Amino acid sequence: MEQFFQQLTNGLAIGGIYALIALGYTLVYGVLKLINFAHGDLFTIGAFLGLSLLTAFSLTDKLGFALGVGLLLLMIVCLVGIVGILLDQAAYKPLRTSPRLSAVVSALGMSIVFSNAIMLVFGPNPQVYPHGILPSQVLTIFGLPFPVKRLLLLSASVVLMVALYAFIQKTTIGAAIRAAAIDQDAARLMGINVNLVIMLIFFIGPALGGAAGVMVGLYYGQIKWTMGWLYGLKAFTAAIMGGIGNIPGAMVGGLLLGVIESLGAAYISMAWKDAITFAVLILILIVRPTGLLGERVAEKI
Amino acid sequence: MNKTPRFSKLQIIYTLVILAWIISPVFLDNYQTDVLNTVGLYAILALSLNVILGYGGMFHMGHAAFYAIGAYTTAILSVQFGMPTLWTMPLAGVLAGLFALVVARPIIHLRGDYLLIVTIGMVEIVRIAIINDAVGSVAKWVNSIFIAAGIQNWALCKKIATATTGGPNGIFGVAPPSIFGFEINGIVNTTHYFFLISAFLAVTIFLFYLLERSRYGRALRYLCSDEIAAEGSGVNTSGYKLSAFVIGAVWAGMTGTLFAGKITFISPSSFTFAESVTLFMIVILGGSGYIPGVILGAFLVVGLPEVFQEFQKYRMLVFGIVLVIMMVLKPQGIMPPKPPRYPIHKIDEKEVTL
Repeated sequence: MEQFFQQLTNGLAIGGIYALIALGYTLVYGVLKLINFAHGDLFTIGAFLGLSLLTAFSLTDKLGFALGVGLLLLMIVCLVGIVGILLDQAAYKPLRTSPRLSAVVSALGMSIVFSNAIMLVFGPNPQVYPHGILPSQVLTIFGLPFPVKRLLLLSASVVLMVALYAFIQKTTIGAAIRAAAIDQDAARLMGINVNLVIMLIFFIGPALGGAAGVMVGLYYGQIKWTMGWLYGLKAFTAAIMGGIGNIPGAMVGGLLLGVIESLGAAYISMAWKDAITFAVLILILIVRPTGLLGERVAEKI
Repeated sequence: MNKTPRFSKLQIIYTLVILAWIISPVFLDNYQTDVLNTVGLYAILALSLNVILGYGGMFHMGHAAFYAIGAYTTAILSVQFGMPTLWTMPLAGVLAGLFALVVARPIIHLRGDYLLIVTIGMVEIVRIAIINDAVGSVAKWVNSIFIAAGIQNWALCKKIATATTGGPNGIFGVAPPSIFGFEINGIVNTTHYFFLISAFLAVTIFLFYLLERSRYGRALRYLCSDEIAAEGSGVNTSGYKLSAFVIGAVWAGMTGTLFAGKITFISPSSFTFAESVTLFMIVILGGSGYIPGVILGAFLVVGLPEVFQEFQKYRMLVFGIVLVIMMVLKPQGIMPPKPPRYPIHKIDEKEVTL
């Protein structure tokens, strides 16, 4: 029982990360119908920039834990968001009217560019976050252990997700994003600046991904230039699981995938952990391509 | 009088290129010939991917999986069963093809970018299976059947029971292929191997050229450009797509044999996702659906970086940038297929069957 519980909280913590990255995929897909393959590498950029800023300004030493990490996340959100906008302007904007394959290949190209740029700047070896930034206490609730680290990670991702959901559902700008996702031309006729909406999407998505990168760095302590690809693929799986283009779907999918993965690693096989994730992805695409929460779309997938 | 020349310009260029390719080992050292061997291998692989991606229009980014299955089939049969390397080639192709058939059947109807993701997942699963020695697990299970049947002491059964992929360490000591007792060692004498690969490349080009010109190739390209129209005119779209997948996989599996025989040592690190991306890039950059374009792509993506050895570090970075720029400026590739021409003045009146 206790092992099961441990795996569950672990899965939820990592699932929160997947959900944050998945939101970036889903937002972009919702509006542009494009799989942003470079998204996983934006996540890596967030992790590496976070490490540089953290050590350069020694934020947590000067400002304490909460303020320091908060400021770090804020800076990363802004920086990676700007990288996201630049990415869109450079690689996707000229291809808005081209066939799908062109945009997908361009996205792959940018993914290769980003990951190799990170390798050239930070070196090919894994980098280590300073130790002991996150508290290492373990709370005991109802006789079950809750590591504070995991609770913090999960609550941080939940807060970000709820904030995004409220933004999309309750504000006028959110309504504009939803309108652009349903029908770009109609939205344009209604006076919505769709180009601005796309820019905003390419700010929010990468910003969340970058924040997730910092969180992974703080939680696991080790980051590598190739990690964005695996995290990206898993987050994409999460987005598909929930129904791509569907914001609550990405959240549910992320958490669910995290739990499936950690339970699978514990009870089936550790070595096959990643294979289990990909098998889940393939199964979902075969059995229910619209995802768990996805609506039926008229277009045949 | 305007006399038409006996050979067209294009024919002359192709003849010169082929001649240059054949005599090039004379002027190159062992290492440089080895680079040409690699280019040749990638050209064959990319041509097999071209059937799926170029003619069929399916975004398949897991080609390294078929290649890996072929190479491992050869390595296991050669090292653990003592079969001559070239003899394993048909079996490598058949196994890769069977795998493609089983895997592709349920996913073939997926729309473009979804198929891309699924094939990426597939190549990763294959790689993880190799690292975790799935063959060894199956062998143990088969061995338990042998024990139940009481035949575990037969020589063949003993060999089957100990089959393994070697996990992350891979398999050492694949025998170099030999033809009529003449051993072709890809490490000691790369020129010998060069001719083996060239021969296989020539066969590949010839067969795929026929395929492209056949009724089958036309149907495939028709459904690539407009699937609904193709289905409406009676093309069995999913059947054609599936068979294209299997043809590409069989050929990639057979190329795996050549690869295993060339470097005599294979490990999972040779079949990563990056390998699939490289193949994908060759086809897309060179010109998908056009055989000379794909071969040019293999030269540019695999051969060119060897010339700029000192920029090895920046290789992938430059590729990424080139990929993006190509998609913006010339998305159909450097040498896209030319639309077929039917010059009326060359057709005799009797030939017209329209």
